[in-house]
Amino acid sequence: MQGEHCIILEFKLQGSDFESAGEASSRLKVVLQQVGVKSDVVRRIAVSAYEAEMNVIIHAYCGTMRAMVYPGRTEIEVVDEGPGIADIELAMQEGYSTAPDYVREMGFGAGMGLPNMVRCTDKFKIESQVGRGTVIKMMIFH
Amino acid sequence: MRGVVMDEYFHSVRLIENRCKGCVICARRCPIEAIRIRHGRAQIIEPRCIDCGECIRRCPSHAKAAITDSLDDLAQYEYNIALPAPALYAQFGIETRIDSILSGIVALGFDEVFEVAQGAEIVSLAIKDYLKRSDIKRPAISSACPAVVRLIQIKFPELIDNLVPIDAPVEVAARVMRAKASQERGINPDDIGIWFITPCPAKMTAVKRPLGSEKSNLTGAIGISQIYGQLLKMLQQGRSVDTIHRRHASWLGINWAVAGGESAAVGAKNKLIVHEINSVNEVLEQVALGRLTAIDYIELLACAGGCIGGPLTVENRFVAEANMKQRALKMQAEDAAEDKVPLQEYMESALGVNERRAIEPRPILRLDEDIFKAIYKVEVMEKILEKLPGLDCGSCGSPNCKALAEDITQGKASETDCVFKLRERVRDLAKEMMDLAEKMPPSLDKDTS
Repeated sequence: MQGEHCIILEFKLQGSDFESAGEASSRLKVVLQQVGVKSDVVRRIAVSAYEAEMNVIIHAYCGTMRAMVYPGRTEIEVVDEGPGIADIELAMQEGYSTAPDYVREMGFGAGMGLPNMVRCTDKFKIESQVGRGTVIKMMIFH
Repeated sequence: MRGVVMDEYFHSVRLIENRCKGCVICARRCPIEAIRIRHGRAQIIEPRCIDCGECIRRCPSHAKAAITDSLDDLAQYEYNIALPAPALYAQFGIETRIDSILSGIVALGFDEVFEVAQGAEIVSLAIKDYLKRSDIKRPAISSACPAVVRLIQIKFPELIDNLVPIDAPVEVAARVMRAKASQERGINPDDIGIWFITPCPAKMTAVKRPLGSEKSNLTGAIGISQIYGQLLKMLQQGRSVDTIHRRHASWLGINWAVAGGESAAVGAKNKLIVHEINSVNEVLEQVALGRLTAIDYIELLACAGGCIGGPLTVENRFVAEANMKQRALKMQAEDAAEDKVPLQEYMESALGVNERRAIEPRPILRLDEDIFKAIYKVEVMEKILEKLPGLDCGSCGSPNCKALAEDITQGKASETDCVFKLRERVRDLAKEMMDLAEKMPPSLDKDTS
């Protein structure tokens, strides 16, 4: 077993598919528990993965989440095809949200997604192109 | 305390071997996948069991039972106190007065009886105070149901800090009574037997293996279903023993037996009431993912309907619920007429804050102590799972294909335990035999030139 060996989990995400919302993050969480990652770290990974997963479901048309679980860290990459984010700085502010009303009524889209991801991760990178989509890369050390 | 076997993995849920038919019902219904069928019998994976009693409820052969204490055990103690759970009252219609039930219990051989509902009133006030604090993790999660606490230890250890650090009502009631009886009667606290009349095995286990404290104040637990018959006889005989000189619990404490009663007594504003173990599991998933932050208090109960739906109760849970609600309404009206109010204050000592210890996570889901090996095992498991049929039929003795993949990875099962894989292997083998049967030694083979 090499040091850089990792478990790769890949999930397809579909925009507006609220029925399966959170399934990818829950699956990732189970794997992290089986690997034996400490519970507070599992929580941070699960929360950031969940927020990223929800963002795709709320805002994008489709996307993929790729999680790589290494012995010492977990990396999550979420790539979506969607409207993209015009002003990333603004989107990173707590409480700022472009989620439609019906989504907010379901208890999502409170404008805490991106700030939560930043808070829970050790490395966070976001790139977006309006009209194309968004790429989020996160890393959490175990 | 005497007669108590302390064991890290003590469980009250047990298998009655000769009744088990080896069907897979319990294994498939176990919310934590803690049962396997091996050698034609159900086996409980002890470290995983949370004593929720779901298997006791589901087994058609009644092969699952809870080890509880019995009335015979009372003889070992100088003075015995019964602590009936409020769920006991729900086993009877409102025409049976609580006084009669309590004196009926005393007639079974106890020296005294004290309502757990009184402990519930104390705990309600303490939780009310706790929820006022600004430094606590929200949503605060009720720790009254031991099966739920154990589920959190195993599957949601990240939520342990959300658990309200206050003992369950029965533990508080036991602490109060042990101190009181010893003081009033000059008996050594160790010579007092304090017995919980319990609706569930989870609480039985909590006596032997306490959650959140070093040692339980209870001596043991006796299932409601175990004394029900004798109690009914006492009630029919109208045996009344006048030993009930203490204050009675109010409707507020008694209502803890029904889902929602606890949150109402606590007076939580943004509350969520969840009962039935699988629903509890789903809601905990949501909490763990950081949703539900707007909720202040979550009441979680492993049994559908609350404690009145416990596996050791006798009455149908809907009937019990109706009984309980009627009783509470009647008591509320009576109390109002007499200007009686529920308990307003409590002694800090009843909570036993000094005896508390942290509730530890129990990370038994991990596949290996060594993280490198664990990662390797997850991959092996995923590969095995891909090849399994995904019908989750349970014929292999594991509750579903995922669990079988885990068992194979851990060397506890083999791929051919799956009837479909076995059939595949037999078919391949048969085909190979046919192929071989077609072959001729070259010297005899006349077809080819």
